[in-house]
Amino acid sequence: MFESLSNRLGEVFERLRKRGALNESDVDEALREVRIALLEADVSLPVVKKFIKGVREKAVGQEVLRSVTPGQMVIKIVHDHLVETLGAESVALNLSAVPPVAVMMVGLQGSGKTTSTAKIAKWLQTKERKKVLMASLDVQRPAAQEQLKVLGEQAGVATLPIVPGQMPVEIAKRAMQAARLQGMDVVLLDTAGRLHVDEALMAEIAAVKKVAEPQEILLVADALTGQDAVNVASRFHERVTLTGIMLTRIDGDGRGGAALSMRAVTGCPIKMLGTGEGLDDIEPFHPDRIASRILGMGDVVSLVEKAAETMEKEEADRLAAKVAKGRFDLEDLRDQLRQMQKMGGLEGMMGLLPGAQKVKKQMAAANIDPKLLSRQEAIINSMTPRERRNPKLINASRKRRIASGSGTSIPEVNRVLKQWKQMSVMMKKVKKLGKKGMMRAGLEGILPRM
Amino acid sequence: MSEKNWFSRLTRGLKKSTSALTGNISSLFTKRKLDDEALEELEELLIAADLGVTTSARICANIARTRFNKDVGEREIREALADEIEAILTPVAKPLIPDPAHKPHVVLVVGVNGTGKTTTIGKLARHFTAEGLKVMMAAGDTFRAAAIEQLQIWGKRTASPVIAGKPGADAAGLAYGALQQAKEQNMDLLLIDTAGRLQNKSHLMAELEKISRVLKKIDPEAPHSVLLVLDATTGQNALSQVEVFQQVCQVTGLVMTKLDGTARGGVLVALADKFALPVHAIGVGEGAEDLRPFDARQFAEALCGLSEEDANK
Ligand SMILES: Nc1nc2c(ncn2[C@@H]2O[C@H](COP(=O)(O)OP(=O)(O)O)[C@@H](O)[C@H]2O)c(=O)[nH]1
Ligand SMILES: Nc1nc2c(ncn2[C@@H]2O[C@H](COP(=O)(O)OP(=O)(O)O)[C@@H](O)[C@H]2O)c(=O)[nH]1
Ligand SMILES: [Mg+2]
Ligand SMILES: [Mg+2]
Repeated sequence: MFESLSNRLGEVFERLRKRGALNESDVDEALREVRIALLEADVSLPVVKKFIKGVREKAVGQEVLRSVTPGQMVIKIVHDHLVETLGAESVALNLSAVPPVAVMMVGLQGSGKTTSTAKIAKWLQTKERKKVLMASLDVQRPAAQEQLKVLGEQAGVATLPIVPGQMPVEIAKRAMQAARLQGMDVVLLDTAGRLHVDEALMAEIAAVKKVAEPQEILLVADALTGQDAVNVASRFHERVTLTGIMLTRIDGDGRGGAALSMRAVTGCPIKMLGTGEGLDDIEPFHPDRIASRILGMGDVVSLVEKAAETMEKEEADRLAAKVAKGRFDLEDLRDQLRQMQKMGGLEGMMGLLPGAQKVKKQMAAANIDPKLLSRQEAIINSMTPRERRNPKLINASRKRRIASGSGTSIPEVNRVLKQWKQMSVMMKKVKKLGKKGMMRAGLEGILPRM
Repeated sequence: MSEKNWFSRLTRGLKKSTSALTGNISSLFTKRKLDDEALEELEELLIAADLGVTTSARICANIARTRFNKDVGEREIREALADEIEAILTPVAKPLIPDPAHKPHVVLVVGVNGTGKTTTIGKLARHFTAEGLKVMMAAGDTFRAAAIEQLQIWGKRTASPVIAGKPGADAAGLAYGALQQAKEQNMDLLLIDTAGRLQNKSHLMAELEKISRVLKKIDPEAPHSVLLVLDATTGQNALSQVEVFQQVCQVTGLVMTKLDGTARGGVLVALADKFALPVHAIGVGEGAEDLRPFDARQFAEALCGLSEEDANK
């Protein structure tokens, strides 16, 4: 149906065979195609414009790595920026408050609120062992309350008994009261679908918000939404201050550009994905998955992977050369740090390299600062060329000078030196492993233990 | 639901939806040269109304053909846009007219989840019972929780009989039984509801094929109409929806719902351009009366902000 971005870019990059840094006109030409791809993926126009601007700033002047085509390079930059904009990590529901904690679901008609309510309830009850009560505040759609009741029976989750004729604010009060009496942890409030321009109904959810004081207000939105996504998301956000987005019908073949639009205009994290009609069809949000979809399905991912592979191979080749040279000094370490920064910093690189998941988890566990690379580079920059070539020279007083020169601390300088030492040791390991072995060991084999 | 005449209801909805578009046109064209830059901006405005990249480019190219590098005013540009859009939409604006030769005329209503199939059936029942037809509905969504009850409430609202089975029952079997009963009771129109399904799920799409197949055992020409219900908030995926549903169950016409929001429904222009399927009606609210015939000129004018000007007079 849609031309994928890599197809589109193919032609443009036929003409861009030259090496070196990406120049302005290369980038602009490529970004024209990226823009169309995003629009075809239903990313809203104002969001597309802002996004393209952001990518352009990153891409112009970017060094094209050897053995990576400019096309791959641009796609990788676009992909990374997309992941960054979508929110690099998935954010869990925040239920830390005095129970019963209310979670309110809002959105347009038919977006999947009732189904998603039941999915989240089941998830919380089975995976997080919470006591959950669901209540339907939908007095608009015929049989809507009945629908939630049936879903509650299917999921084994309690629902608030239906009182015909009761209005939403009253139902919300009754739900909170019942939850308090029954010692519930979480109350999920399903609401009627409403248009963001329907003043009376928007006032109604504001009133419900007042009585239930929900900890989470989730906008439930269809992944197939078009350009209107920005209007919907921003109006709901203005009115009730959303805390997150649940994107439904991710199992469709839509490109899902609405995810980017809504995330960009509200700044709210996408917290959950609906992946089917069944009550277990719910997943935490993965920015990678959505990013590659928006750009044109799987082939972009494989392109990015290929780019990453070649980059890894280049690194490996460079290291191998060092090994052959038999020396590895702080200037080499600095080159590496720079290389890594270009590749999207520690986080970006970890996300890309095969076999890096474990290292990434270790990094997260060790609370490693993503700015680490640039600080380390600053430390090395504050050394004299002699110190860099012969790190053994660096004594306590030199360390003090380097720390103050780079605006860091002595322990940090020590850490860089330690890293260099580990790298030197690793060089020997690499020599033993040989080039092939190192490729297999991947990044884990190369990076020092954290 | 308020009882305004349908046009003002539509324009009220579309007005909200187009104010951004038309506002932008105003700022664009207070007499200005229609150069490449202006055309690009115009194209973007159409894209922002969900017309899609290809259709937007085509419309702009047509406008540029006679006006390129000429000074143009805002009103002129709106008129030109409306003319272009109307020309694309006019051939597809055809109401749904049940054939009295069929007893009953069988309408199968299909579409992805939550687009408004059940509600549209309720609205159609209201419309055709008001015209004096005997209408029966069949609760073919046996999957979604309380979908049967939902249609039964629509049956009460429109005083039409509803044939329903048990949750989880075979939809094709239910449709078959409903057609038998509709024949026995000499109904004019049978509206068959179906469960929502995404077009990329082939096993669910196969179910629709089966429904058509079993209906033909009773009436070889049934279903006489297959309505695909599209949600106006849907973006370019609507193209894929039409393509696949048409392949699987020979869609004969479209209904677009939820045009009372800010979604502009511009994808309908792209659809008309590509598939030329009739657009029978549009949904402009949740009530039984909120169904409107699809009128190409009015839709085009509302989309381009012309009717808004008239409404403001
Ligand atoms: N394929 C698919 N269908 C979904 C998903 N979430 C909800 N639905 C379906 O969308 C339709 C509308 O959902 P519902 O929860 O009633 O929407 P509400 O009107 O917002 O409460 C139903 O047919 C659901 O089964 C999803 O993630 N994937
Ligand atoms: N605002 C608005 N809501 C609509 C319209 N048509 C249907 N709906 C609402 O959309 C939701 C889904 O409709 P439903 O008929 O159950 O969809 P189905 O799953 O396709 O059968 C319900 O809340 C309806 O009230 C419309 O034209 N305008
Ligand atoms: Mg609901
Ligand atoms: Mg239905």
